Amino acid sequence: MSIKEAEAQLSSAGTTTDAALKSATLLQIEGLCIEGQSEERWHRIVKGIGLTLRRGEVLGLIGESGAGKSTIGLAAMGYARPGCRITAGRVVFNGRDLLQLGESDLRRLWGSKIAYVAQSAAASFNPAHRLIDQCVEAVVGHQLTAEDNAKRNAVDLFRRLRLPAPDQFGLRYPHQVSGGQLQRAMTAMAMACRPDLIIFDEPTTALDVTTQIEVLAAIKDIVRQFDTAAIYISHDLAVVAQMADRVMVLRYGELVEEAPTRVMLSNPQMPYTKSLWAVRSLRKEEEAGEKILLDVSGVDASYGTFKVLHDVNVKLPRGRTVAVVGESGSGKSTLARVITGLLPPSSGSIRFDGKKLPARLKERDKDLLRRIQMIYQMPDTALNPRRRIRDILGRPLKHHLGLTGAARQRRLLELMRMIELDERFLDRLPSELSGGQKQRICIARALAINPELIICDEVTSALDQLVAEEILKLLLRLQKELNVSYLYITHDLATVKAIADEIVVMHQGRVVESGPKSQVLTPPHHAYTELLLSSVPEMDPDWLDAILAKRQGAELGASPSG
Amino acid sequence: MSLSAEELETLGREGAPLPLAETSSATPALTSRRGVLQTVWRALKTAPLTAWFGLIVILAYAFVAIFAPLIAPFGESAVVGNQYEPWGGKFIFGTDQLGRDMLSRLIYGARNTIGIAVLTTGLSFTIGGVLGLFAAIVGGWTDQLLSRAIDMLMAIPQLIFALMLLSIFGSSVPNLIVIIAVLDSTRVFRLTRAVAMNVVVLDFVEAARLQGEKLGWIMSREVLPNILPPLVAEFGLRFCFVFLTISALSFLGLGIQPPTADWGSMVRENATLIAYGDVTPLLPAGCIALLTIAVNFVVDWFLHKTSGLRDEH
Repeated sequence: MSIKEAEAQLSSAGTTTDAALKSATLLQIEGLCIEGQSEERWHRIVKGIGLTLRRGEVLGLIGESGAGKSTIGLAAMGYARPGCRITAGRVVFNGRDLLQLGESDLRRLWGSKIAYVAQSAAASFNPAHRLIDQCVEAVVGHQLTAEDNAKRNAVDLFRRLRLPAPDQFGLRYPHQVSGGQLQRAMTAMAMACRPDLIIFDEPTTALDVTTQIEVLAAIKDIVRQFDTAAIYISHDLAVVAQMADRVMVLRYGELVEEAPTRVMLSNPQMPYTKSLWAVRSLRKEEEAGEKILLDVSGVDASYGTFKVLHDVNVKLPRGRTVAVVGESGSGKSTLARVITGLLPPSSGSIRFDGKKLPARLKERDKDLLRRIQMIYQMPDTALNPRRRIRDILGRPLKHHLGLTGAARQRRLLELMRMIELDERFLDRLPSELSGGQKQRICIARALAINPELIICDEVTSALDQLVAEEILKLLLRLQKELNVSYLYITHDLATVKAIADEIVVMHQGRVVESGPKSQVLTPPHHAYTELLLSSVPEMDPDWLDAILAKRQGAELGASPSG
Repeated sequence: MSLSAEELETLGREGAPLPLAETSSATPALTSRRGVLQTVWRALKTAPLTAWFGLIVILAYAFVAIFAPLIAPFGESAVVGNQYEPWGGKFIFGTDQLGRDMLSRLIYGARNTIGIAVLTTGLSFTIGGVLGLFAAIVGGWTDQLLSRAIDMLMAIPQLIFALMLLSIFGSSVPNLIVIIAVLDSTRVFRLTRAVAMNVVVLDFVEAARLQGEKLGWIMSREVLPNILPPLVAEFGLRFCFVFLTISALSFLGLGIQPPTADWGSMVRENATLIAYGDVTPLLPAGCIALLTIAVNFVVDWFLHKTSGLRDEH
C-alpha cells in the first residue's frame, strides 16, 4: 500500500514537473532585425520581430515569399545566410543568447538541441551516402551515443514515421526513395538527437497533396510523441492550421497578427490576414463549350521502353478550360509534351481545330506553332535571364507577326496593359522581377501572338497564394476577352475549382475520370478522385485528425472482409 | 488585336500617337546605351586593386604592341652592335647573340607573340564554341559523333601532336595559328558542351523551340549569353596556355621563325648567358609571366562579378 502511495506521489510529482517544464519558455526572440544584401546595398528584411516559444509548443509562421519567414526560422538557430546579417535583437534559447555564442558553441547546439528540416529534402541529402548514415551522422558526431545505438534509434524513428520496411529503409540512397519518404527521412534525421526545438521550413511545399498528408501526419505524430517544440514555416494556411498551436502572420518582415490557431482561423483581425483567408474562395462558373478545339484520342506515349501514357482521351472546347489533375508521375506533363510535339505519341491521334496535328515539332508549320503556346511552372527558368523583357516579348512579335518599330512598341505596351504591369518593366531583366511578375511576363509571351490554345503547366504552384490568385484572375479575364482555350495542368484542386470548366483526372498514365467540373466534384467519385479530394487540407484545425481517423477506420472496416 | 501591322504604322504616322511612338522607341535605346557605360564605370569603380593592376598591364602591353615601330629605338632584326653587349648606354638591356638591341626585340616580340596568341585563342574559341553549342543543342547522334572525334584528337599529347603537324605542314605563322587553334579547340568544345548542356534543358530554351526558333537563334541568343562567364574565364586561361605553347614551340625551334622576334625564342637564343649569371634571358620570360598574371587577375574579377558569388560574412 505504501509503495503504491509512493508511486502515486512520484507520478503526480512527475506530472507537475512536466507541466512546469511545459510552461517554461524555451526560445525567446526579442527585437530581431536582419538585413540582406542586394546590389551592394543592405536592405532590412526583418524589422523587429519578437516571439516566445514554450516547450512542446508548435508555432506556425505564415506569410508570402519575401515576408522573412525562413530568415527568422534560421535566426532562431542563431544563423544568418550568406548575404544576410543580424543587426539587432536577442535570440535566447534555454537561457543563452545564441547571437553572443561563437561558431563552435553554436555547432554543438545545432543538430543536438536544435534541428532544421529544409523545404527540399532532395537537395539537402548527400546523394553519395546511405540514408541511415546521414541520419546518425549528427548524433555520432556530437558523441551523444555509439553508432550502433544511434542506428537502432534511427530505425525506430523510421518505424514511427511510418516509412516502409524500416529495417532496410536506411540502407537505400536518397535517389532510391520517393520525395515524401525523403522528407520523412529528413524529419527522422532531425529527431535523431531528440532536440528541444525543430524548425520546419516548408517541409511539404514540394509534395503532392496525397503525399503531403502522409508527411504531415507523420510530423504531427512524432512532434507530439516526443513533446518537441517546433517552428512550422509555411505559406499554406490550411497546412499550418493542422500543425500549429499558435500562428504568427508576417508581411514584409513585420508581424501582422498573432493568435492561437483556432482564434486566428475563426476570427482574424487584420485586413491582410482576412485577405489571406479569402484566397481559396475564387470560383469560376462552369460553362459548357460547343466547338471542340483540341481532341486527343487514344494517345499512347512512352519514354524509350517505358510507357507513360495509356489510351488518353481529352476533349477541349474552344474558349474553355480543361484541368488535367493528378499527382506527379501521373503523366500530365507528358501529355503536354505530346500535344506540343516534343514527344511524338506511339499511337492515337490529336486533332486541332478539326485537322490532324503533325506528331513532331519539326513537321508543324510556323502558323501552327503560333496557335499553340505554353506557360511553364517555374517562371525563373522559363525566361532567359540574360535578355530584357522588351526582347523576350518583342521576339515572337517579330518572328511570327513581322512587327517592327513603332507597331511592335504599340503591341508591347498593349501586352503590358493586358497583364497589368507598368511599361517601365520592359527595360528590366527577369532577375529584377518578382515571381508573380515573371509569371505575368510568361503569360504575355504566350499571348503576344494571338494563340488559340495555351497549355498551362502548374503555372501557379511556384507562387504564393495571394499572387497565385491574381494570376488565376488574370487568366480568367484574358480568356473572357480573347476567347483563348486553356489546358490547365495542376495537382492543386483549389486551383481546379477556381479555373476549370471540365476536369480530367489522371492516375499512372490513364484517365480515371473526366467530365464537367460539377459532375466530377460531386459524389459518387472514382476511388482515386476521392483520395485526391479528401487529401486537400482544409482550414479546420481538426481536419487532419479527422481524415486520418476516417481512413484508419475504413482500413479496419475493410480488412476483416478482405 | 484586330489592327494589322500596317494599320498601326499609319496610325503612328498620322496625328496623336506619333510623339508617343517616337519618344518611346527613342528613349529605351538611349537609356540602355547609357546603362551599359554606367554599369561598366560602376563595375570599374568597385573593382579590386588586382583587377586594376591587371587592366593597366594589359593596356600597356596593347599600347606597346600596337605602336612598336614608334617606341622601339632600333629595328626588329637590325644588327646594331656587338654580341652580348652589357646593359646600359646605347642599349638599355644590352644586345643579343647577333648584336641586335634587346629592348627593341622585346617590344616587337610583344606585337608578334600577343598578336598570334590572340588570333589563335579567338580561332580556337570560334571552332570549339560553335561545335560545342551545336552538339549540346542538337544532341543525339550528332553530339556522339562530334564528341568521339574530339576525344580522339585529345588522346594524343598536345605538344607532340603540334610538333608532328608543324613538321608535316611547315612552320609558318598561319600554320602555327591554325594548328594550335584546332588542337586547343578540343578543350573549348568540351567546356562549351558541358556548360551548354545545363542551359539547354531549361524551359526558356524549350519555349524558344516551341516558338519555332531556328538553331542559330537558340545558339546565339538563348544559350550563349548564359554560358558566357565560364567561357570568358576559360578564354583568359586558354590565352595564357596558347602563349606558353607558342613559346614552348619557339623554344624547340618549330615556332615563330627567326629573325621575327618573339619572347619564347628569345629565351632560347640567349639562354647561354644564364651560365654567366646574366639575367637578360629572363626578361622575355618575365614579360610572359607578367601578362599571364595580369590576364588572370582580370578574369578572376570578371568571374566574381558575373557568378554572383558572395563571400561568407
